Amino acid sequence: MLSVREITKVFGGFKAVDRVSFDVAEGEILGLIGPNGSGKSTTFNLIAGALAPSGGSIEFLGRDIAGSPASHVARFGIGRTYQIPRPFRKLSLLDNVALAAYYGQSEQPSREKAYAQAQDALGLVSLPSSEHARVDGLGAAGLKKLELARALATQPKLLLADESLGGLDESEMGAAADMLAMIRDRRGVTIIWVEHIMGVLMRVVDRCVVLDHGEVIATGKPHAVANDPKVIEVYLGTDAEEVQKGIAQRQGDAT
Amino acid sequence: MRALPWILLAALALAPLMGMGNYPLHMLIQVLLWGFVYTGWSVMGRLGLVSFGHGAFLGIGAYVVVMLWNSYGISPWIGLPIALVLAAVVALLIGYPCFRFKIVGHYFALVTLALSEIARLLIVALRDHTGGSLGVTPKTDLTESSYSLVAMQFSNKLVWFYIVLAVWLAGLWVWKKVDQSMARLALEAISQEEDAAGSIGINVTRLKLGITLISALMTCVGGALYAQYQAYVNPDSVAGIGISLQMVFGVIAGGMYVRLGPTVGAAFTLLLAESLRLMFGNSLHALDSTIYGLMLILFIIFMPKGILGGALEAIRRKKPMPVSAQNA
Ligand SMILES: Nc1ncnc2c1ncn2[C@@H]1O[C@H](COP(=O)(O)OP(=O)(O)O)[C@@H](O)[C@H]1O
Ligand SMILES: [Mg+2]
Repeated sequence: MLSVREITKVFGGFKAVDRVSFDVAEGEILGLIGPNGSGKSTTFNLIAGALAPSGGSIEFLGRDIAGSPASHVARFGIGRTYQIPRPFRKLSLLDNVALAAYYGQSEQPSREKAYAQAQDALGLVSLPSSEHARVDGLGAAGLKKLELARALATQPKLLLADESLGGLDESEMGAAADMLAMIRDRRGVTIIWVEHIMGVLMRVVDRCVVLDHGEVIATGKPHAVANDPKVIEVYLGTDAEEVQKGIAQRQGDAT
Repeated sequence: MRALPWILLAALALAPLMGMGNYPLHMLIQVLLWGFVYTGWSVMGRLGLVSFGHGAFLGIGAYVVVMLWNSYGISPWIGLPIALVLAAVVALLIGYPCFRFKIVGHYFALVTLALSEIARLLIVALRDHTGGSLGVTPKTDLTESSYSLVAMQFSNKLVWFYIVLAVWLAGLWVWKKVDQSMARLALEAISQEEDAAGSIGINVTRLKLGITLISALMTCVGGALYAQYQAYVNPDSVAGIGISLQMVFGVIAGGMYVRLGPTVGAAFTLLLAESLRLMFGNSLHALDSTIYGLMLILFIIFMPKGILGGALEAIRRKKPMPVSAQNA
């Protein structure tokens, strides 16, 4: 459903993303991994329209969306979360998410429907959906969930989840990974999941694209990617054990 | 409790009929007129779009209407729509690039500050048509009658009072409509996290332009009415930094987050100006701005929610209200 071809982003002479190409099939969870600074978030920003690419094309459901404004891309059906959560702090959780439902769909729903969809999205990520629940009380895990709920309320066909695990402890990480899998399974949302922590991610993704210094260095099934010498070199010793553990936890997938 | 606002409104509407003196009536008209203008400013100001450029819209409303009447005999009833179109064009011309290129906060304030000063300089520069800094008076149409509908001139202050009362109420109605809309929530979201607002499909530029238009048009109407009521305008009273700063000050003083806050602010600024005038006479004109500036800083530091906002908060703290009533 998404086809990224040779996209490049140059920040004043520095190539943050360098001729990156990959495809995403409907219904899959694609892991976009790579060390810090490898260009993952920038790739997301290019797809989501937050940044205009310096070159290349991005095709989504047959439309070229490269360079379209973020608000259009959102209404085309791509939802995104931010690595560092950006909630509307002075609004209630429900209003945060209802705005996304109201403005983020290709056809604007009624206000009542938007609020119903917001409650549904909040429920999906198990956040309180009462109108009094505020952003202030949320911890790191709660803010990540709010990001997810807000993106989901736009009823996306494709969800870009950026580092949903950052700042979480181990049990929260597992829960977050399971949540993404659940969202895909229950809602049929295709997901690109960016993460630099490979272990937990390996458990749920169908395929991986590995970035290093803005370039794709490997693409394939989790176990193939994890055993790729180029990937091992990049991730040298960081969490090899975790990766193997994650792969071992996969269900119904021959490793 | 529900009837209270209506009773107060009725009292306000009937007050001038109870033999109110000319001067208090004049003050009341001014409070409502400026209350309307300040309400217009706050419609966008309280959503994070702090404009110092509203002097330009006031000036357009005042001068376009008067000039068209004086030079071409075009009735203010036609002049006002023309002024509104012009104000809309100016609002879009200044707003579009600002919003498209994310000029926000202090930078937005600076750009708009320039706008109001340009408007003032333009009025002064076109002195052959505008009377320059001496100001201009709409040609009177009251030689034979005490009123002229065509010229929007009424010698009876009572007529003005009811016109201005109606316009002020319309302003409060606009505020309420905006307040209840999803667009208000979206604009609040934009003022907090502009990029994130875009990422959930909110068309940031369009919403900002929309609220700017509403605000600019209201202000333009206020300018036109002010010129007609006073039967005199000069560049300083309806354009430039001074009046724009006074608007921002009044709104902050009154409280821009409650519906009647801007009106309270208008009453406060007018009383302040009158007392300063009584104390120092007209000789110390420049002192106004200095005192406004100082008080603005004091309010921002000590009473950020303004007089009415602060008072309501104090009452609420003493007597906890049911949550549903807080949004009323
Ligand atoms: N707006 C920007 N301007 C300049 N450089 C940037 C900008 N955004 C990201 N970069 C740089 O691009 C590189 C990739 O960043 P990013 O995509 O955030 O990496 P990742 O998400 O993989 O950690 C980094 O070196 C970063 O410093
Ligand atoms: Mg990143």
